[in-house]
Amino acid sequence: MNVEFAALALILVFPALGVLFNTFLGPRLGRRAVNVVGPGMMFLSFTVATWAFITIFTLPAGSALYCPLWRWIEAGSFHVELGLRVDALSGVMIMIVTGVGSFIHLYSVGYMAHDEDYARFFTYMNLFALSMLILVLADNLVMMFVGWEGVGLCSYLLIAFWYTNPQFAYNGRKAFIVNRIGDAGFLLGIFTILSALAHHGVWTLNFTEMQAHASLLEGTAATAAGLLLFLGATGKSAQIPLYVWLPDAMVGPTPVSALIHAATMVTAGVYMVARLNFLYMLAPDAMMVVATIGALTAFFAGTVAIVQPDIKRVLAYSTVSQLGYMFLGVGSGAFAAGIFHVMTHAFFKGLLFLCAGSVIHSLEGEQDMNKMGALRKHLPITFWTMLIATLAITAVPGFSGYFSKDLILEGAYESGHFWLWLLGAITAGITGFYMFRLIFMTFFGESRVEPDKLHHIHESPAVMTIPLIVLAVLATVGGWVGLPDGLLWGDAFARFLSPVVGNFKPAVAASPAMLSAVATGLGGLGILLAYVFYLRLPGLPMILAWRLKGLYDLLLEKYRIDELYNLIVTRPLFFISNQILNRGVDQFVIDGAANGAGIAVEAGGEMARRSETGNVQHYAFVYLIGVVAIVSYYVYLVIH
Amino acid sequence: MTMVPLTYLMALSAAIFAIGVVGFLTRRNILVMFMSIELMLNAVNLAFISLGSRLGSMDGQVIVFFVMTVAAAEAAVGLGIIITIFRNRETVHADDLTLLRW
Repeated sequence: MNVEFAALALILVFPALGVLFNTFLGPRLGRRAVNVVGPGMMFLSFTVATWAFITIFTLPAGSALYCPLWRWIEAGSFHVELGLRVDALSGVMIMIVTGVGSFIHLYSVGYMAHDEDYARFFTYMNLFALSMLILVLADNLVMMFVGWEGVGLCSYLLIAFWYTNPQFAYNGRKAFIVNRIGDAGFLLGIFTILSALAHHGVWTLNFTEMQAHASLLEGTAATAAGLLLFLGATGKSAQIPLYVWLPDAMVGPTPVSALIHAATMVTAGVYMVARLNFLYMLAPDAMMVVATIGALTAFFAGTVAIVQPDIKRVLAYSTVSQLGYMFLGVGSGAFAAGIFHVMTHAFFKGLLFLCAGSVIHSLEGEQDMNKMGALRKHLPITFWTMLIATLAITAVPGFSGYFSKDLILEGAYESGHFWLWLLGAITAGITGFYMFRLIFMTFFGESRVEPDKLHHIHESPAVMTIPLIVLAVLATVGGWVGLPDGLLWGDAFARFLSPVVGNFKPAVAASPAMLSAVATGLGGLGILLAYVFYLRLPGLPMILAWRLKGLYDLLLEKYRIDELYNLIVTRPLFFISNQILNRGVDQFVIDGAANGAGIAVEAGGEMARRSETGNVQHYAFVYLIGVVAIVSYYVYLVIH
Repeated sequence: MTMVPLTYLMALSAAIFAIGVVGFLTRRNILVMFMSIELMLNAVNLAFISLGSRLGSMDGQVIVFFVMTVAAAEAAVGLGIIITIFRNRETVHADDLTLLRW
């Protein structure tokens, strides 16, 4: 049942108003006004989103709310009607974006309390949320692309927020350019779908209409479109091969990292694949690629996270790794499990970043975990909330991450991807290790804080700790909507989403309890190892790093992927740009043509001016020739 | 009264005009060039008057008055300029006046 629900537009209007206010009035009205309007608009949007979500919840299963906007593009038979649409899938997403986003905005009030550029910051934050909401609410691929580009732009603006630092500005550009590569794939994917449909006379990019005509896409069109769109997803959602921007995005303010990693942007790719599930179901090859890339990314990013000394970098690689899980889920056909992990991940990863921000804030910008330790007593709220988030991401039974990760691994196993499942299960162990390494290095052991910072350490203000507590509660209970089948209400989340993304159809029978036990056991093993390495025998990591220096350096330098890209992409590109395009085409051909024209005119003038002798009699003589010529002409006319 | 044939008059006019042209183009003294211009003007005047009287039209004779007026004004201005040039440069030789030349 489709119900028109005009208030959907308000979800977009509020952040848009926030952008306008913070841009034009923010700097004039001062910090207090911005602090109210920036997060306030998000909370208003959150309220409307909740209203819409409750409405969809009370309607029969498979219902959708819609709000037509206007006709945007009209070209022959092709036209794009802009419209908003909320079904179970986008309903969950708007709740994540506005809900988690609101608390991150609230937290930012405290985090940015000492920054002069608060108005610009909240402008970008609101714009970020707005773009993500456009992406999620869109009822067609073109409007989704608008949001898709919008989040890319905002990530650039926010990563390079402290733009006076050249390295930060560089990382911002890197994020933008890497995303652009993915976006090109996304755009080509849209064109592929459109041309395949138009071939049969169906000119549409609307999701519902595409789904109705999905059978027309069967075959290579679906595979090609699926792979191209997934290329876009690897850019936005930081998967191999385009994940390189995300760890470098850590230079932005920490709330930005939380927003990028938890509420917006990186989940866009997972959402897109789940939204186009009908397309991917037609393309098993594309699904296989999605699942494989997901599992590989999960594993490799996890291994890199093991050795990183920077607290935010560990979290960044853990995000890449968790996103890999999500793609493993949706690639295995377990779309609901993937989106479930998007939700639980939004809670615990948002929380982890905000906690890390709280630690960094209290240590006046210190991000190196080698200069932390024993902060448990100084930052009690941060410690307990971060511990909860860590238990959630490590998938300790009872916490939210446990339910979603288990569903994904179960989906991977039951769809027949045994090796991908194994990779995912091992990654669960790695996750346990690096996350508890982070906890132990930051909050336990001996204090390695620099002495002059030691007496400044203080717990963050309430405006920052309240979001932590709220998210900690969500990170605990958020997973309880997807309990194993047969327990209480069972997997209510999957049932809620099933009208949109379909039900998971297992190909291989398995015992969920066994799979869960393996993954949880590996996770526990990881925690135990971290305990031994970083609390019981703190000298051990150093000895191991020394013994396995090659491997350690390889991980520390992130498999030297950046260097590899530099070698095979960036340097050849610079070479072509400089030697061929700049020196050859630009300086030789274009400059040559322009300068040549100039030189020709100049030389012509040089010759022509010699005729100007300045002698009146010469002029008069030429004049006479002219007169004679004209007169002769008339005489000639008269004679003949 | 015997009429001078029109052909003679026109031939005379053309001859004077040609003398003026040649004088203007060949002599380097501005004063002489100036006199050549006067010659050309008067040659044209002669042509106007003779054609006017032969055709019984007053137009040709009226135009001559205009030409004479313009010539008088031109002579006044031109001679003024020549005198000023001579005062400044102590020459009236056209080849020496090359200030605006490349």
